[in-house]
Amino acid sequence: MNLVNDIRAFFGDPKFHSGYDSIWQRLAEHCWYSLIMIACAAAIALPLAFLTGHTGRGDGPISALAAVGRAMPSLGLIVLLAVKIGVFSFYAALIPLVALAVPPILLTTHEGLRAVDRSVVDAARGMGMRPMQILLRVEVPSALPLILSGLRTAAVQVVATTTIAAVISFGGLGRYVVDGLFEYDYNQVVGGAFLVTMLSLATLALFALLSRLLVSPGLRRRD
Amino acid sequence: MISFERVTKRYPDGTVAVSELSLVAPDGAITVLVGPSGCGKTTSLRMVNRLIEPTEGRIAIDGVDVRARPAAELRRSIGYVIQHAGLFPHRTVVDNIATVPRLLGRDKRSARARAHELMALVGLDPALAKRYPYQLSGGQQQRVGVARALAADPPVLLMDEPFSAVDPIVRKGLQEEFLRIQSEIAKTILFVTHDIDEAVKLGDRIAVLRAGGVLAQFDPPDRLLAEPADAFVEQFLGVDRGIRRLTFYPSDGLSLTEAPVVAADTPALSARDAALAAGTPWLLVVDAGRRPLGWADPAALPGEGPIGRARLTGFGHAFAAGTDSLRAALDAAVLSPTGWAVGTDADGRVLGVISQEAIAAAIRAAHAHESKSAEQQREEAQPQDTAAAPMEQAR
Amino acid sequence: MSIFDLPSYIQHSYLGLLGEQLKVSFGATGAGLLISLPIGQASARWRFVYPPVLSLVTIAYSIPSLALFVFLVDYFGLTDTTIFIPLTVYSLAVLVPGVVDGIRAVPPEVRIAADAMGFGPARRYFQVELPIAAPNIMAAVRVAAVSSISLMSVGAVLGNLGGFGELFITGLRFFDQRLVWLGLFTLFALGLLTDVALRGVQRLLTPWADRRGARA
Repeated sequence: MNLVNDIRAFFGDPKFHSGYDSIWQRLAEHCWYSLIMIACAAAIALPLAFLTGHTGRGDGPISALAAVGRAMPSLGLIVLLAVKIGVFSFYAALIPLVALAVPPILLTTHEGLRAVDRSVVDAARGMGMRPMQILLRVEVPSALPLILSGLRTAAVQVVATTTIAAVISFGGLGRYVVDGLFEYDYNQVVGGAFLVTMLSLATLALFALLSRLLVSPGLRRRD
Repeated sequence: MISFERVTKRYPDGTVAVSELSLVAPDGAITVLVGPSGCGKTTSLRMVNRLIEPTEGRIAIDGVDVRARPAAELRRSIGYVIQHAGLFPHRTVVDNIATVPRLLGRDKRSARARAHELMALVGLDPALAKRYPYQLSGGQQQRVGVARALAADPPVLLMDEPFSAVDPIVRKGLQEEFLRIQSEIAKTILFVTHDIDEAVKLGDRIAVLRAGGVLAQFDPPDRLLAEPADAFVEQFLGVDRGIRRLTFYPSDGLSLTEAPVVAADTPALSARDAALAAGTPWLLVVDAGRRPLGWADPAALPGEGPIGRARLTGFGHAFAAGTDSLRAALDAAVLSPTGWAVGTDADGRVLGVISQEAIAAAIRAAHAHESKSAEQQREEAQPQDTAAAPMEQAR
Repeated sequence: MSIFDLPSYIQHSYLGLLGEQLKVSFGATGAGLLISLPIGQASARWRFVYPPVLSLVTIAYSIPSLALFVFLVDYFGLTDTTIFIPLTVYSLAVLVPGVVDGIRAVPPEVRIAADAMGFGPARRYFQVELPIAAPNIMAAVRVAAVSSISLMSVGAVLGNLGGFGELFITGLRFFDQRLVWLGLFTLFALGLLTDVALRGVQRLLTPWADRRGARA
């Protein structure tokens, strides 16, 4: 019950009702930053994965890149960039977060395209689809469940890691956690953690909705 | 008409998939490429719609080199059916079928209307239109595959083992359905299979290929079965090619005898006396509608009551005289415990019976007649072939 | 002074951090494996179990690590347990699907053959199903173990909980690049070595596996 009381106390604290440290302000910041980072990562990873997945090349390098991405501690990269190019720099957080969001999108999209039944692609070619038409009308729609799951993993990871970026004075909901720890204000720490958890779950829900809307029922099989 | 002119496919590692293949698949007919795995039959097929480019030689459709047009455009004018159908999993049945018309720029409504026509043609329940491929059986998926290939009404159809992935009973149904559809649409079809029985059943002409993509023989099926070009073709055809060849002889020339046929309400006693007097070894008992009930042994008939009450021996199966082949007639005779085959009309009414010996005599007669006419044909064909060659070069 | 000597304001020695790091991250992966084996077995056997299980582990995985650490501090204080539990929970998101895929990869005819030869359920599980599922399971274990190592460092934000993550926070506080590089290098090398070592284990466990054309 401690947690519930902490969270209630946090939401009741007028300090967080207005101004630059208000809940809405921090929430908007967090969403905005996350969105930018996911958009950047997707803009890098999707075209690359479309290329590698369509041509069937790059299995090795891509799975190696994914392994490197998993082994890289995000906190370490953020801190490294901060001591290199300075705290308060947007890029100190942007670069490592985007870098770490690229591998999951790249890997799942690549594997999704590779997993499209070869006979389906052969039929598409035999019917006279051009490479771009095969990619956009056959391969991507067929691989969409996996592509969305890669984007979801990346998005959830970005939302979580943006919180951690607060240690280098980055904005967003992580501020409450880091400032609260510094100020020994435990309500604020728990409140921030609660908000970021909710945001993460909302991201998950958003992707569930997206997959309902975008994925063809023909691909939504049992399990 | 699809013509292969000395077509060779050699891969960079030196393996030769197809070697100097020359053949002509005539208009409106099914030409089957058959052979063991690695004989280059699929490669040959895929060179027609340029999924594979030949190393040497030329492939032409109606005299026009397939390389004259961009590959994608060419492919839209050729139907293509493959083993696992390759249906788009994210599209409904009707949208799968409408794919090529849509690629050709037809609007959605007319493409879908066309798709519904094709579903009817290939025997698909209209209720399946909104289903997705995973909700269909293998046979249904294959029908959708055929419908999709026909959607833009291409003159030429390429089929790569389209019925190999379904179970034998469904395959038989699909093959018969396919022949029915072809009799309506009369497309120029190139059909690849590894199954010689399928080739004989479907092909108007059969090209047997051997390993390395060398053409071993190219002939109509009955000629292939009668005169295999070499030991490889003979072995590939299997041991019972003589029997299978009988499929191509009609049974309408068989003279059926009505003498042993008796109605079920005939008194047993009079039937026995008549049979013994005439020396008929067996009596075929038929019901009021002249449908066969079974064989009766005259010597073992009871002294009273109608013959239909007597203990009858099963007749195996009957053959439809005129519509079934000599093979069906011979099979009926072999299976019959009396050695006599029961011939019926198309509605299953008994016309008469015929003995194994009589069928064998008919087979010998048919063979003799055929070899004589084949010789004549060959003599007539010779000058034509030499006359055609200069024309070919001129074009 | 060697590069592995840590300044006095860090309470641990390099080896101390290493021990802490390996204990918690490997411990959590091991615990995750023990939990996911029965869950995965149940999910593979009864179709209806898997979708809710999968949703549950996916939701748990989406809770940001820093947030989950914060919630658990309330109950377990600044102890290893506070880090250990989230890492275990996160590993399930990788391990459960790995186990399910592995067990589903057992061909039904192999299972039938085992039954026909008179294997009991337990013997069949340990001698037939588990070995055949091993390649899939081990692939998941590798991902889980490597992720745990890097994820654990986040614990350093809260206090002395993050293993080598400690070097990042201290490096940031004193603007000491050497510490940050040391931490990064160490964690990356640990991840890499873990991956290589687990591949070796997999090779030993499944000498029969056909590795021709196998993807990394």
